[in-house]
Amino acid sequence: MKFDTPASSNPIDQLKVIGKPASRIDGPLKTTGTAPYAYDRYNVVSNQAYGYVLGSAIAKGRIASMNLAAAKAYPGVIAIVTAENAGKLGKGDFNTALLLGGPEIQHYHQAVAVVVAETFEQARAAAYLIQVEYVRTKGYFDLADEKSKGVAKDDPYTIAESAVGNFSQAFSSAPVQLDASYSTSHESHSMLEPHATIAAWDGDQLTLWTSNQMIAWSVGEISKTLRIAKEKIRVISPYIGGGFGSKLFVRTDALMAALAARAAMRPVKVSLQRALIPNNTTHRSATIQRLRIGATKDGQITAIGHESWSGNLPGGSPEAGAVQTRALYAGANRMTSNRISQLDLPEANAMRAPNEASGLAALEQAMDEMAEKLGMDPVVFRIKNDTQVVPDSPLKAGSTDSQANKNRNPNPPFSLRQLVKCFETGAERFGWHKRNAKPGQVRDGRWLVGMGTASAYRDNVVMKSAARVKLDNRGHLTVETDMTDIGTGSYTIIAQTAAEMMGLPLEKVTVRLGDSSFPASAGSGGQWGGNSSTSGVYAACMKLREAITVKAKAQDPKFDITNAVFADGKIQSKSQSILLADLAGSRGLVAEDAIEFGDLDKRYQQSTFGAHFVEVGVDAATGEIRMRRMLAVCAAGRILNPKTARSQVIGAMTMGVGAALMEGLEVDKRYGFFVNHDLAGYEVPVHADIPHQEVIFLDETDPISSPMKAKGVGELGICGVAAAIANAVYNATGVRVRDYPITLDKLIEKMPTMV
Amino acid sequence: MKAFNYERATSLAEAVAKVSHIKGAKFIAGGTNLVDLMKLQIETPTHLIDINDLGLDKIEASADGGLRIGALVRNTDLAANQQVRRDYAVLSRALLAGASGQLRNQATTAGNLLQRTRCPYFYDTNMPCNKREPNSGCSAIGGYSRLHAIVGVSNSCIATHPSDMAIAMRLLDATVETVRPNGSIRTIPIAELHRLPENTPHIEHTLEAGELITAVTLPKPVGGTHIYRKVRDRASYAFALISVAAIVQRDGTGRVAVGGVAHKPWRVEAAERDMPRGAKALTAGILANAQTTHDNAFKVLLVERTIASVLNEVKG
Amino acid sequence: MSIFDPSRRKFIQTTAASTGAIITAKLTTDAEAKSVLKPKQVTEPAKVNILLRVNGSEHQLMVDPRMTLLDALRERLQLTGSKKGCDQGQCGACTVIVDGRRIVSCLTLAVMQEGHDITTIEGLGTPNNLHPMQAAFIKHDGYQCGFCTPGQICSAVAMLDEVKAGMPSHVTSDLTRSPKMSAIEFRERMSGNICRCGAYSNIQDAIAEVAGERT
Ligand SMILES: Cc1cc2nc3c(=O)[nH]c(=O)nc-3n(C[C@H](O)[C@H](O)[C@H](O)COP(=O)(O)OP(=O)(O)OC[C@H]3O[C@@H](n4cnc5c(N)ncnc54)[C@H](O)[C@@H]3O)c2cc1C
Ligand code: SF4
Ligand code: FES
Ligand code: FES
Repeated sequence: MKFDTPASSNPIDQLKVIGKPASRIDGPLKTTGTAPYAYDRYNVVSNQAYGYVLGSAIAKGRIASMNLAAAKAYPGVIAIVTAENAGKLGKGDFNTALLLGGPEIQHYHQAVAVVVAETFEQARAAAYLIQVEYVRTKGYFDLADEKSKGVAKDDPYTIAESAVGNFSQAFSSAPVQLDASYSTSHESHSMLEPHATIAAWDGDQLTLWTSNQMIAWSVGEISKTLRIAKEKIRVISPYIGGGFGSKLFVRTDALMAALAARAAMRPVKVSLQRALIPNNTTHRSATIQRLRIGATKDGQITAIGHESWSGNLPGGSPEAGAVQTRALYAGANRMTSNRISQLDLPEANAMRAPNEASGLAALEQAMDEMAEKLGMDPVVFRIKNDTQVVPDSPLKAGSTDSQANKNRNPNPPFSLRQLVKCFETGAERFGWHKRNAKPGQVRDGRWLVGMGTASAYRDNVVMKSAARVKLDNRGHLTVETDMTDIGTGSYTIIAQTAAEMMGLPLEKVTVRLGDSSFPASAGSGGQWGGNSSTSGVYAACMKLREAITVKAKAQDPKFDITNAVFADGKIQSKSQSILLADLAGSRGLVAEDAIEFGDLDKRYQQSTFGAHFVEVGVDAATGEIRMRRMLAVCAAGRILNPKTARSQVIGAMTMGVGAALMEGLEVDKRYGFFVNHDLAGYEVPVHADIPHQEVIFLDETDPISSPMKAKGVGELGICGVAAAIANAVYNATGVRVRDYPITLDKLIEKMPTMV
Repeated sequence: MKAFNYERATSLAEAVAKVSHIKGAKFIAGGTNLVDLMKLQIETPTHLIDINDLGLDKIEASADGGLRIGALVRNTDLAANQQVRRDYAVLSRALLAGASGQLRNQATTAGNLLQRTRCPYFYDTNMPCNKREPNSGCSAIGGYSRLHAIVGVSNSCIATHPSDMAIAMRLLDATVETVRPNGSIRTIPIAELHRLPENTPHIEHTLEAGELITAVTLPKPVGGTHIYRKVRDRASYAFALISVAAIVQRDGTGRVAVGGVAHKPWRVEAAERDMPRGAKALTAGILANAQTTHDNAFKVLLVERTIASVLNEVKG
Repeated sequence: MSIFDPSRRKFIQTTAASTGAIITAKLTTDAEAKSVLKPKQVTEPAKVNILLRVNGSEHQLMVDPRMTLLDALRERLQLTGSKKGCDQGQCGACTVIVDGRRIVSCLTLAVMQEGHDITTIEGLGTPNNLHPMQAAFIKHDGYQCGFCTPGQICSAVAMLDEVKAGMPSHVTSDLTRSPKMSAIEFRERMSGNICRCGAYSNIQDAIAEVAGERT
């Protein structure tokens, strides 16, 4: 099904099942420990051996020699795979560094060997017996040092630079100006389930039970890496213990398990040790950002410039902090730039809301600072600079066709933009008027109290997505798609979509996900998954409805199909109705289709919006910051399931608290690695950090986005949170911290002295 | 984890004898520190002598009106003990500020005292670390050292002792009761249990090989207001950046011990007479000769501000 | 004073002598280390026969003493509900209840748990017969990816018992009184269970419901 004109009224609009806060259909499994995650699957194939991955002890250089003798001789050891004996390997397009290092080493903890043994204890002990001699070579590890070498280069995901009007002139002549620099830290996804895979070969046929967000991509990447045909590969990933972007790509666990299983000639299971996660897998690059905003005295932005610097291994993409600044606020003169420098730290790659999460952390603090300079309320300042068209859109990432880009509307309208309403609703609900604009004034016992706000903004991306639906003679529907559920609620919203489309109760729908033998979906990433994959299910269900209608007509020529509706497990028309179960017959009915999106996303800017409001307490003595209240108001199209969507938003808000207050991978600039590479050293929020969180979804539908009239919501919630918190900390203390995370050491020196 | 033999000791004598005579043998109590370090081969005992069945899990009144806490009393039970809550509240508070509910259910009094540093380089066996591997160098010096010590440091090591409980015990002038390999019993003032790093950071305490802690004894209660203030980035389940344990009497005199600043629980008795003069003077005495790094210089001011806050809290 | 029985010494020395030494060879960049790289005879530790009592059933197992309780549950008893999020005591995903108390099963050895009553998530309820805490998690959407969930639920169940038993916490304002069943208490006490998906606010709602408290 092609989606190239805005959706008109369709069966989803009935909202009998869709839009309801249904509890997750996978809940009974997840809460009883019976949902099988990759490393749990002892029963999918017998005789599994254990693989243990050894990471490189250096960041950059090469392996001079490796001695495996002691490890090989260790009791229970079956095989050891290193680059030397792994055979010729390719590299996946999505991997920047190789998944198996040696002799060249590209980053710390890059896998250099996997030891396979009968038991986990043996594999682990043997791995410690491997002797590796390394030769270090010089690397670049400090973004601040490398920043000046940053280059702006376009890639499929980012247009590096843009300019509209005359920024520098407008900025320098603006009556009110802000020029400030901000920085964000390297961050680790730190999903709770470490990357894990069980691999089994059956002849030349490889099956991977793994934990991966993108099944079809993975098949392609495994095929490239192992140099075997895609048809020989099956990837199965029905339950994923969190990903946040870290499992978008094939990682070491999958490759090592596959290689190890080949060498051991039996199935092998591999789970990365927690201590490998920050350095072996991907992370979000740190950024340094400069914001320049010029405005008239009454708060109209006339110039806005946003530059962002980040780092990555050669060939990697930037954390493009400036991208959203092309679209978020009005202003006639503007520039953005996203530069990248070589860093020999581990590979940087997408983490929840790549670009925007970091970009808004800077931009939205700058907006707060600017509002203060203007003597305006920060909500009012943002509303004043709202725009209903994109002020700067000459080129868009992914558009390689320069001619097409030229013909584009330079200022495309937003498909739907209710940012102002988000702020108005939120300010009212939060009691924003109680905020004292003068910082450092509100005290509650030991605590200095402050409020902050920020915009949330994240593009809505749509991607082709296919599904298969099967109706059986009990009237039960099974949906199959390689879509994944990484905690997003895919199982449930897909079931709701199918139930709505076919007129079935939720219990009559079974959803099977995460298997490459199912039709290829959009997968989970970039908040495109929910909207795209349900649209794919919509398309398949449309096809099934046609098939059923045809069958109904064939069975009963008097059946009036023109006004047929699907409800209560039947196809109904006027006084006639036939049970779907009967029409399915003993052989059942199957339909498969994909949703394919036309150019609506080029004619319109499709984005999601929100407003964050937070209240923090800062210990007047120690500078410890604790969240007191959090509210997010979101405008993200139709909300398919308010319960699971709300969870996505509170989860993202929580991750935003981490980014604001504690998360930072600390670089050892001599050895070139992230030092705090475990969950005690890399602190993420715990229960005690998070107050009750409130989320309001504006009641809206966006027919330009998809037949579901929905948009992405999984990443919107993290966008802007860090800035809202930074602004609240400023409001509480009068101390502006522009370097994230905002830890107490950055505050106390500037806070009033204690008596 | 290296291979080891596991045995459950059934008597004190057996336990002590085994650990002192078998090369590489170690006691295991809760296991929450030892098992972790064994997985990384930072600890490589050849024998583990499980001391959980020795009946060392009792809290009893001591002859001089104090409290005798068995070495195997779980952190949870010690913190919840009614007498501790009433008379040694700072200890209860310190325990409850440490680790998590689960870990406190496992962790023991002696294990907590003898837990090893959380220096991230100590935990990363690819990195030089004098504590883990004598004479290999100290990576924290010149590296990431935000969590590290600022007093009593040496050129060999700037690690901190991570225990919260030990800070309160130091404040309370606890004594550690042990059985030595030769069977003799001795008591060690807690101030003398832990060592400063000097040139031998791998030697962390003054116990002999095979010496078993049997109990920790608290002298009789000293009254006063008990406060334990732990400062950390996240609100719970995090090691201290710094912590302050204090007992303040009505007349403004009292005692203070500081955590997160040294290789051992840090208390400078001589400085305590300055308590009535306020936080600045008191801190100057406690942290005299502080040697900080770029990353941890903030701790000096943080200690001062935290002590000020604690003193304010007492004043009410 | 001596507590020694001198006759024991001999026995100990014998034990020591019979212990095979394991050759360490650690990762090194030191060229010298090469000389010690010769493969040497290494011994496996003696396996230990233990009886584990899990969810009411007894299991006789021969285990490597190095095996953690978590691995014994998962790899030997196929009770894969308890998760390995870190294997370092830093996440809480492996939380199980031993003799009524929650612990992290990754930092205790299986051999140390002989004779104790172990309850895992599988012992609390099943999809068709949910424990009230499991049902409350579903109702309040107290999870997303679900990986921390078994640990959260085991922890929450045992945590409420701790509050009921009057055990204090870091946030209990008056140590001499019994703690309250309150959101602030629950948040502090649940902090040993990390949820990277950030379901905390909903988990708290679920716990409050089971505790019979509305917040
Ligand atoms: C994630 C995490 C967070 C933590 N956070 C904190 C925190 O915030 N604050 C804090 O204070 N602690 C914290 N801890 C540390 C925890 O408190 C210790 O691991 C625990 O107290 C150790 O006690 P144990 O009984 O488990 O010791 P074990 O691991 O059994 O033993 C530790 C050491 O003591 C020796 N030993 C044990 N008993 C005796 C004895 N009777 N005589 C002689 N030697 C003995 C052992 O041989 C071993 O060397 C944390 C731990 C973890 C894993
Ligand atoms: S501070 Fe001490 S423990 Fe840390 S690296 Fe230096 S020597 Fe090792
Ligand atoms: S796996 Fe045990 S605490 Fe993380
Ligand atoms: S539900 Fe994913 S970590 Fe908690």
